Amino acid sequence: MENTSAISISNLDVDYGSRRILSNINFDIREGEIMVIMGDSGSGKSTLLRTMLGLKKPSAGHIKMLGTDICHASQKELYKLREKMGVAFQGGALFTSMSVTENIQLRLREHTKLDENTIQIMTRIKLDMVNLLPYENLMPSELSGGMKKRAALARAIIMDPKLLFFDEPSAGLDPITSAELDNLIVMLKETMRMTIVVVTHELESVFAIADRIAILGDGELIQVGTPEEIKSSTDERVINLLNRTPRENIVDGDVHLQRLTRDNQ
Amino acid sequence: MKSKLSAESNYDVLELSGEIDLHYSPQLREMILGSLKNGNSLLINMAEVSYIDSSGIASLVEGFQTAKTANLSYGLLTISSPALEVLTLTRLDRVFTLYDTIEQFQSQL
Repeated sequence: MENTSAISISNLDVDYGSRRILSNINFDIREGEIMVIMGDSGSGKSTLLRTMLGLKKPSAGHIKMLGTDICHASQKELYKLREKMGVAFQGGALFTSMSVTENIQLRLREHTKLDENTIQIMTRIKLDMVNLLPYENLMPSELSGGMKKRAALARAIIMDPKLLFFDEPSAGLDPITSAELDNLIVMLKETMRMTIVVVTHELESVFAIADRIAILGDGELIQVGTPEEIKSSTDERVINLLNRTPRENIVDGDVHLQRLTRDNQ
Repeated sequence: MKSKLSAESNYDVLELSGEIDLHYSPQLREMILGSLKNGNSLLINMAEVSYIDSSGIASLVEGFQTAKTANLSYGLLTISSPALEVLTLTRLDRVFTLYDTIEQFQSQL
């Protein structure tokens, strides 16, 4: 199981207009693993996620998910694939006019013909898993940031997806809520057999949940490896990312002055 | 999913195997509720269940609630480790009555 690819990315280029955002990306995500994609702002990680979700068309290359090449799939194939995918967006992306419960049930109502009792029980199971059961009737505007993320996660897993994508799960959360969410992500992988792709730049979360880590920098894949391999990387860009070296500190003062004033010279 | 429902003298046994997911859970629900509707207590053997998702779990929960209301016995027998993990994650291992042997269930009737 560990060696079967759930997602296979090959020779992937993604452009915005004339600007290349991702260049020649190649790596696999194995079935049943948590792959964390990390990198600084502007590294291309969000674009990679958007491309994997089919929201951005690549300029070249392939992304194979559960055997379907999403770059060349028919609408019918994509629809079928999306039934096996769950996505939790950074801000929650909850419908503001619907209660927490209604948000979570939406996909079940749209994509299945399950009995009403089954839908209600499934919803409550997921609400309980993310510790939101007492708040099922609240509206999104009444939720804290952490609660919105948990509601988004409950919605993402309502159909027990094979692939779960999570954009910045820890961003803006306090350490305790963040750790709880990390534990939940790991539990989902272990008990529900989900393959989980997490995009984040929060180091603590990365090493708490990752089976493997893909590091992006300036639109290129720098390294893919286990947390241990990444921690012992000799690549300067990886080291800088892990040590969170502020950009200002790694630029020589004279060079920096020149960069700031070059147009005036 | 494969299933086999058999009638004993004063209860039914439902044997399940394979994967229980969104596609099979309506069938599971129908079998469980059908058996209970006939006034039979129900023992569900889950030794060979390799995967169960939350729609399958929801069918088990609805069956449990229905049995309770009808004052019938309802239990899960020799749950496989993947199914037990899901029950534990959803904290339903504390809700269902879990049996290791048929004799334990029979003694509750």
